[in-house]
Amino acid sequence: MFAYYFDLGLRSLRRNPALTALMVMAIGFGVAASMITYSVFRAVSGNPIPDKSARLYIPQIDGWGPQQNSKGEPADALNYIDAMALMRAHRATRQTFLYGVSMSVLPEGSQSLPVAANGYAVYGDFFPMFEVPFLYGRSWGAAEDDSRAAVVVLSEEFNQKLFGGANSVGREITLDGHDYRVVGVARHWDPKPRFFALFNGSGFQDPTDFYLPFTRAMDVQVNPSGNSCRGHMNFAGWNDWLQSNCVWVTPWVELDSASDVSAYRRFLEDYAADQQRAGRFAWAPNVRLRDVAQWLDYQQVVPAESRISLIVALGFFAICLINTIGLLLAKFLRRAGEIGVRRALGASRREIYAQYLIEAATVGLAGGVFGLLLTAVGICGVSLLFNPEIARLAHLDLSLVGLTLTVAVFATMAAAFYPAWRAAQVQPAWQLKAN
Amino acid sequence: MSMQIKPILAALRQHKAGTVLIALQIALTLAIVCNALFIIRQRVAHLSEPTGIDEANLLVVANQWAGHWSPAQVDAQILADLAALRQLPSVRDASPSDGYPLSGGNWDNFVMRTPEQLKPTTDASVYMGDEHMLDTLGVKLIAGRNFNASEIMQMASRQVVIPPVVIVTKALADHVYPDGSALGKPIYSMTTTPSVIIGIVERLQRQNVSNWSKPYAYESLLWPIREDTDGLYYIVRSKPGQLADAMREVPKALYAQSRMRVFDPKNGGSFAQIRQRAYDSDRGMAILMGIISVVLLAITAAGIVGLTSFWVGQRRKQIGVRRALGATRSDILHYFLTENLLISVGGVLAGTVLAVGINLWMVTRFEMSRLSMGYVGAGVIVLLLLGQGAVLGPALRASRVSPVEATRST
Repeated sequence: MFAYYFDLGLRSLRRNPALTALMVMAIGFGVAASMITYSVFRAVSGNPIPDKSARLYIPQIDGWGPQQNSKGEPADALNYIDAMALMRAHRATRQTFLYGVSMSVLPEGSQSLPVAANGYAVYGDFFPMFEVPFLYGRSWGAAEDDSRAAVVVLSEEFNQKLFGGANSVGREITLDGHDYRVVGVARHWDPKPRFFALFNGSGFQDPTDFYLPFTRAMDVQVNPSGNSCRGHMNFAGWNDWLQSNCVWVTPWVELDSASDVSAYRRFLEDYAADQQRAGRFAWAPNVRLRDVAQWLDYQQVVPAESRISLIVALGFFAICLINTIGLLLAKFLRRAGEIGVRRALGASRREIYAQYLIEAATVGLAGGVFGLLLTAVGICGVSLLFNPEIARLAHLDLSLVGLTLTVAVFATMAAAFYPAWRAAQVQPAWQLKAN
Repeated sequence: MSMQIKPILAALRQHKAGTVLIALQIALTLAIVCNALFIIRQRVAHLSEPTGIDEANLLVVANQWAGHWSPAQVDAQILADLAALRQLPSVRDASPSDGYPLSGGNWDNFVMRTPEQLKPTTDASVYMGDEHMLDTLGVKLIAGRNFNASEIMQMASRQVVIPPVVIVTKALADHVYPDGSALGKPIYSMTTTPSVIIGIVERLQRQNVSNWSKPYAYESLLWPIREDTDGLYYIVRSKPGQLADAMREVPKALYAQSRMRVFDPKNGGSFAQIRQRAYDSDRGMAILMGIISVVLLAITAAGIVGLTSFWVGQRRKQIGVRRALGATRSDILHYFLTENLLISVGGVLAGTVLAVGINLWMVTRFEMSRLSMGYVGAGVIVLLLLGQGAVLGPALRASRVSPVEATRST
């Protein structure tokens, strides 16, 4: 019966080509607008580290006070003094402190020009904490952190650029005039958004090139890509600046249970209270401990543009569906006579209802295919509509194809509930009499 | 119009569903199109803001030093670079800088009117350059004087240097000294050391123009400092019409001075590229909202045509009867036009409420501004005209129904 109704549906599509084309276009445009904007939204709002996001926390300590902080919230990063205090206390299963750096590398061969490279200064725990996979070698450990070793981990992409993808473990590279020994090459790893380094970054930057030990970076005075200060700035060099209230270090801790989390929160409050007692802070403890999801939300990583365009596109789709309800109503009721005959010949209301729902589904399917076409075109042109950093994340994959078709078919069937019900209500006697 | 509304209302009651659907569609379309147009206008206004500089002839090179350099080496290299750049045939002037308008990245400092105050008076975008900076940018000095060569200071990494003199934009001057007396007065930028305002420029856009920066629009200051740190920007102003030549010559000239440097291709470039990059999401939003509005209006119009055609088809017999009883073609035409007008008016009334509601929600959710009623008014007129235009075809067809139809059985 389904096949027969489906066939009837296909025939009916041809009967009123203008009306059918109108419905197919409305559904196609509606579903395509929703899918194009959704593909971008999906890319920017995803969980970058799904299996661990609830165990990774970013502590914040207010080192600026109520007069100078922003709306009562502690700064988005730590100053060096507080970061080092947390580091030495080591109250978490794992912990890393990190900051973004931009350095230059001279590739091998005397003719080549230096190239810019972006990386992070991190602690060895960074790699197991964030589950960075390795292609060659390994990460460095606490021993190298402590000995302030001149080692480096390269990303797969950067290893390709410098060493043509060969196993470079044991080789040396020169970053800003200092030599580092390669201890590992990370397999392609680029969580989007880059939750762990949102200070001075959108979360959607180009892939990372390298990671070097935080302690080593301090020794050779590698400047962070950004910092933020309050009050009077009166430092005359690196060491003065380290002691200032300028924030630039992003801390992360791994906490395995709820009790660990509350213990860590208590530790942060105690630390801030100690600082107040010592006279360093002239304000009551103001600390935060957010997990990955809370942090992404607080940092408003999903651009407003992406949300607004998705909402507008969904509204657009809703209007297209209302349009479809009206047109289906016209299309179905135009055939009241035919329905009357079928009813008189013994078809139940249920069967009429089923027939027209299936007919609507065929319209939906056609709309979905058209919508898929438009979505593909739209995703090619998405760089015209969104910031390129974000636009490049949108792509048409199998799940989006499936979603497009499913949404088109089910939305059209939902739109057909009322018109099909009206069709099923047709009084056979009335129609036969009129004819 | 002599048309009576009562019989139309009575007829509409016969097809409530269709009436409600058209009204609803008009209401939602109005709500979305008004807000979309409003978004377009805001975004276009944002991306059309002037920078106050000679955009047509400017290019920016993001220069990072490669390898290990001492501050003294960097300073000597910057001086050599600038001398080379200023000698290029296509170049009018060049200046070192820590940033450029619309760069997105930002160096901004709080500014206080008095040395001891903790709460900042305002926030200023900080430009550090030499005595060529004003001419290079092409900004207009409206009071006071430019820096002279002897006032230029050097600043190494992680060092705070507060110059005794500063040039500010008019916006910043007026914010700190609202009475217009800024020239010759001090400002304090995160320090207790005063910088005396020696010059005021008409307009210089900030480095960052995103939302948080809006309260400080056009508030910038210029310090006479050469920054001897990891890197800097060279801002180059070409001679009129010679930008393309300058774009070719500048990197070559710099590499000829030293190869131990990296140019960031995603930073700087011609100012047209910089502007393009700075406003890409604004432009994208405007395009997207434009496409959605146009398609939406087309679909709504098509929907009205479709449903009205169906009604006309359904009512051929009644129309025939009316014609047989003496109604003219124009009566029939007016009947359908009025019917549509009644439905549309209902739709736009609901749509106005909805449009304002959606906007208020967006105001709280996305920090947008209030929708001005002009947009709603324009939207109402557009949709009423759209409805009348869409119904015209089917209505004309109805008016051509012959009175003979009354005698047919179907």
